Formats: sequence, structure tokens, C-alpha cells
Amino acid sequence: MRVLAMDSSGLVASVAIVEDDTLIAEYTVNYKKTHSQTLLPMLDEVVKMIGQDLSEIDVIAVAAGPGSFTGLRIGSATAKGLGFALDKPLVSVPTLEGLAANLYGIGDAVVCPMMDARRKQVYTGIYGYEGEEFQVILPQTACPVEEIIEKCNELGRKVILLGDGIPVYREMIEKRMTVEHCYAPAHLNRQRAGAVAKRAMDLIREGRTETAADHVPVYLRKSQAERELEAKGRKLEE
Amino acid sequence: MNDTDMTTENKKTGIRLLAIETSCDETAAAVVEDGRHVLSNIIYTQIKLHTVFGGVVPEIASRKHIEKINLVIEAALKEAGVTLDEIDGIAVTYGPGLVGALLVGVAEAKAIAYAAHKPLIGVHHIEGHISANYIEYKDLEPPFLCLVASGGHSHLVLVKDYGVYEIIGRTRDDAAGEAFDKVARAIGLGYPGGPKVDKLAREGNPHAIEFPRAKIADAPDDFSFSGLKSAVLNYLNQCQMKGEIVNKADVAASFQQAVVDVLTDHTIQAADRLGIDKVAIAGGVASNSTLRGQLEKACLENGKTFYHPAPDLCTDNAAMIGAAGYYEFIKGVRDGWDLNAVPNLKIGSR
Repeated sequence: MRVLAMDSSGLVASVAIVEDDTLIAEYTVNYKKTHSQTLLPMLDEVVKMIGQDLSEIDVIAVAAGPGSFTGLRIGSATAKGLGFALDKPLVSVPTLEGLAANLYGIGDAVVCPMMDARRKQVYTGIYGYEGEEFQVILPQTACPVEEIIEKCNELGRKVILLGDGIPVYREMIEKRMTVEHCYAPAHLNRQRAGAVAKRAMDLIREGRTETAADHVPVYLRKSQAERELEAKGRKLEE
Repeated sequence: MNDTDMTTENKKTGIRLLAIETSCDETAAAVVEDGRHVLSNIIYTQIKLHTVFGGVVPEIASRKHIEKINLVIEAALKEAGVTLDEIDGIAVTYGPGLVGALLVGVAEAKAIAYAAHKPLIGVHHIEGHISANYIEYKDLEPPFLCLVASGGHSHLVLVKDYGVYEIIGRTRDDAAGEAFDKVARAIGLGYPGGPKVDKLAREGNPHAIEFPRAKIADAPDDFSFSGLKSAVLNYLNQCQMKGEIVNKADVAASFQQAVVDVLTDHTIQAADRLGIDKVAIAGGVASNSTLRGQLEKACLENGKTFYHPAPDLCTDNAAMIGAAGYYEFIKGVRDGWDLNAVPNLKIGSR
């Protein structure tokens, strides 16, 4: 099984090609250039470097959200275009699950990725392992950082923290988190397509692929205009 | 240049482009042969979705684009009766427009072109509108003068050659279509304003109220519609204060007449000065019946041939992008995998 994975949900742009349990190539850039300028050239670079015949890719995996709305759509549209042209299925990897999959062999500890969602919230979730199996303990959600800290405290297990929300909320975490915790280091604490591919493999085994036409990002949030409309007691209609 | 199929690189006829357009609130794809023959032209319009907001909401438009884009592309190929293999290149609107909306089409087009080893051609949205005339008139060739009027644009463009443009005049403030939308809102017609004002105006007297026709002293070809819009709003306010009942049809007709007079006069004057005998219109406002009628009459009186695309080629569509893209394609224009959306892209800036 050969998976092409991409993540452009945050500041990081990352592409990887993984064959079963071998990471063949990965290209990750955490720089301010727009994903529209970086993602496809990065894929091209990787493909050329390893002489990858794109028709031999089995599934295209994409970090499907949450994240930057525009970043998600660049990743999704790229995946949809590739899936359509190559006639291959897609798999949507929840962004927070992809982030958590950076870590493994953590025993009884849990992983709590946090992405800065602005408006004083984080996109977050809680994940762990049961033996070798990835476990979703708290599915990804948008909530105030205090709330996720409280959930971690209630769980009472050691917490490994990562994501671009950490530098923003580290002080508050230090103040409020009562359980043992640590912060993932540089090479494990941001989106990486290799980890997205790893999580994608699990989802593919569970049969959770979709067609390129059906794929849409998961925003976890309505647009501002829609929220304002609903605040007035009306709903968006098609 | 990209690593694309060389067999198609030097062909100039029998060229089939898959064109994609997502610059605003229409998700569109088309297959066009040799820039003039439309094999399919699929448009998913989101207008209804945005009506409740009184205008296009960029984030909602972008979300809808990504939901529909593959379906629209698949439908375009199916209706044209061609497979992706039989396509010679992918043309896509990369500006101007809403950045988030543009990015969906651009990312999708790049990925398809990349995976299918096809050349990629970024197309200017307004150059697309102008090129809709090539589809409608198979024998139309440059040079000609084109009035581009839409929700976001009011330009007088001299088309010197295929893909060679010079802006002769532009709006200093509101676009013509924008003025239509604002006036429509003020008299309670809702969004989108253009077709609604056009319809109501047919029941009104275009000379009932004398609204101003703006001229810009040092730039006779430029437009200004914000003064006109304000004059309409002032008129409505004054009526309200005096307790007079507003004849909305008269307001619509008189406002529309003022816009049409300015657009027509500037176009004919510029064509005369430039010695151009072919005049075309393009863009959403070009489907306005009064503008078409009056410009056609003025062209006839001034010895000019008038060109106007069918209404469904005036509003946003991808066939026009396939037309403009073809002339770029045969010139050898190819874009790289780093093609980005450019929301304020200038005409003729390539």
C-alpha cells in the first residue's frame, strides 16, 4: 500500500510518500510562503527525487481539518485534483489525529495536540494507544484552552503536548495543568505528512476512503457570516 | 516549462482545453476547442446561497467551490464527450477575484495538470470575459474596443491583438454592477441587483428623474458611478422626508439610463478617437438589455460593428476562460506548479 499524504492545515506545508511501514520521502517546510506556492512544487520535488510513478500511488491522504480555512482548501483541492486525474481514492485524516500520530510508544500517557484557533480557542483532542492501536479518547473539537486543560486533569494520565497552540498558551498550561506533562520536541511537534500517512493507513484499513468528488474539508466552525445569520435566528438555505 | 506531454506542445488546431473558473460565486468548468467552439459549459451558481446576505460571502463561496468543483469538472468532460487524456491543457482563472475562491480552482487545476501531465495556463478573469466574444463571433479578430462591465469591473479595453490588451478607461470608484447592486438594495429589490433593476426599469420612465452623468476632467475615458449612486440615495431620502411616494420603476429606469448613457458615450468617443470600428461588450452588466440596445444603436449610427456575447456567456463561466486560454496556449504560455491566485491581477500583466 503506497500512500501520498499532504498537510497544509497550518503554517507547515508537508508532503510524504509512505509504503506500508517505510517512509520513502517526506518534505516539510515551516515557512511563511503560501501553500499555494509551496505544496505542489514540493510534491513535484519529492516525486522527481524518488522517481515516483504517480499512477502507482494507491490512496491520497490529506489532513482534512480543522485548520486554516484557506490552507485546508489548498490541500483538499490539490488532493481532489490528484484523485480525479489519477482515478484514486482519498482519505480524510482529521488534522489533530495526524498531529497526534507523530508520537508512539508512550505507554499510558496521552497526546494532546493544540492548534491555535484564535478567538481564544484551540483546535484540540486527546489521543492514546492501546497496545499498538491508535485510540481517539476525545475527538477533535474547538474549545477554550481552559476546557481542554481541565479534561486532561480529569483524565489523570501523563500528557504530551504539541502543536502551534502550545507557544500561545504555554503559560496558561503551566499554571493550570495539574497532571504530569511534557512538550514534544521540534521534530515531533508540528504537522508532518509522514504522520498523516501513518494515521491514514489505519483509516484505510477501516475502509474509510472516499471519492475525490465527495471529499470536503472539516472546518469545525461555521463561517462568520453564517454565525451572525444564526445569531439573528435565521439559517443558511441552499 | 512543466514536464508535459510534448506531442501537444506545437499543435495549434484541434486544441481542447479544460477550463476552470472559481473567482467569485460560480463554480464553472468547460471544454473549449480552438478557443471558439464550446463542447461543454457547466456552471454551478451559488447566487441563491448568498442572497440572504445581500452579497457574496467569500468564505461561503469558497466552501461551496470545494464541494462542487469535481462534480462540475466531471460533468464538463462528460458533456463534451472527451476524457481527460484527450485534453491538451488546463486553463484556470488565477485573478482577479476573491482570493479564497480563486485558490480552489487554482489548486485543483494545478493538481489535475500535474497528475495528467498537461500544460497549465493561468487566465485573467476579465480577459476571459472579453474573449467570450470570440465564442459568439467565430470571425471576430482584434483589434477591437471592448467595454467590460460587471459587479467588480468597469473598464474600456483596447484589444490590440490576441492576448494583448491596453486599458483605455477605468472606474475611479464603484464598478457599474456595484452601483446596480447598491441601488437595487436601496429600493428594496435585493441581490443580485443588475437583472432586477433591468426588469423593473422596463416599467418606468428613464427620463423621469435627471440623475448626474459624471465626467472626469482630465480622463474622458474613465468612469465614476459613486456620485450617481449617492444622487439616487439622496433622491430616495428627500422623497421620504417630504412624505412623497417613490415610483421605484422610474428610479430604476432613470438610474439605469444614467449608467447606460455614460458607458455608451465613453465607449463610442474612445472608439472614434482610436479609429476603431469594432466595439464589443463583456461582463455581467453586458447582459443588461438597455445597455445592449443603446450601444447597438450608437454603433450603427457611428458606423461601427457591435459585438455582444449571449447573456449566458456574459455572466461568469469557464468557456470564456477556455477561449482566452487558447490564445495564450498557442503563444506557448505555460505556468508552473507554483501558480498562485492573484486577487488584484491587472489586465495584460503577464
